[in-house]
Amino acid sequence: MIDRKWIGHELPASVLPIERSRLQFFAKAIGETDPVYTDAAAARDAGYPDIPAPPTFLFAAELDSGAAFALIDALQIPIAKLLHGEQSFSYHRPACVGDTVTVRSTVSDIYAKKNGALEFVVKTSRATNQHDALVAELRSVLVCRH
Amino acid sequence: MTPIFDTVQVGDELPALHLSPVDRTTLALFAGASGDHNPIHIDLDVARRAGMPDVFAQGMLGMAWLGRVITAWAPQSALRRFDARFQGITQLGNAMRCSGRVVEKLDHDGEHCVRIELQSANQFGQIKIVGEALVALP
Repeated sequence: MIDRKWIGHELPASVLPIERSRLQFFAKAIGETDPVYTDAAAARDAGYPDIPAPPTFLFAAELDSGAAFALIDALQIPIAKLLHGEQSFSYHRPACVGDTVTVRSTVSDIYAKKNGALEFVVKTSRATNQHDALVAELRSVLVCRH
Repeated sequence: MTPIFDTVQVGDELPALHLSPVDRTTLALFAGASGDHNPIHIDLDVARRAGMPDVFAQGMLGMAWLGRVITAWAPQSALRRFDARFQGITQLGNAMRCSGRVVEKLDHDGEHCVRIELQSANQFGQIKIVGEALVALP
């Protein structure tokens, strides 16, 4: 059983510089061919200052920093039992090449279903840019299958 | 062309995305690009030790594909909210069809918006992800 003491735990901040080659790699990996996601000129024509991070890209912040898997280790959830249950994004402003996004997360809830056969960890996050402006809010539900 | 609020109707389908069958290369590339280096998606030995028959797709890969359905229809700058619920494991060989449908027209925070239901299903009709998006339209 996951220790409920972790409810309210704040993860260390994760800093994600939005880089051109990384976004181009991400576009390739998801099969995105819209030039807005690979070409700065196309992005500017579409009204962005540079290539925008696609809708789900900011999830990378806590993977790159190690904060996501450090939390799973701290909660003592074996990787083999871990599933991603839900993911939400609310968007406030784009993050584009040249921006630096900082993600700060809190474990907002931990609960069980099916008599403890399934446990759920809810993590809520705020992503801000280098001007301290809110870029997005994220909510993740992780599932541990016992 | 950005869809126009007044001409969009509840029930309108967004153009669906048909993906090639999921293969190991796709999973490896997404592991690197997304930063999700969890070996269960890329290392057969780790997947088998975890009791899985084989490696399987990252949930966020499926969500990224649903994101493509949205941004192919309306510019990303119009996207206000995007939610996904992962209902099943997307296996190697699954050829996903990602689709969306307008289910509501509403005013949200002073903007004309549409609510879109999204889903990702394989070639056998098994639904793997259901989602929802809120998109502001002129």
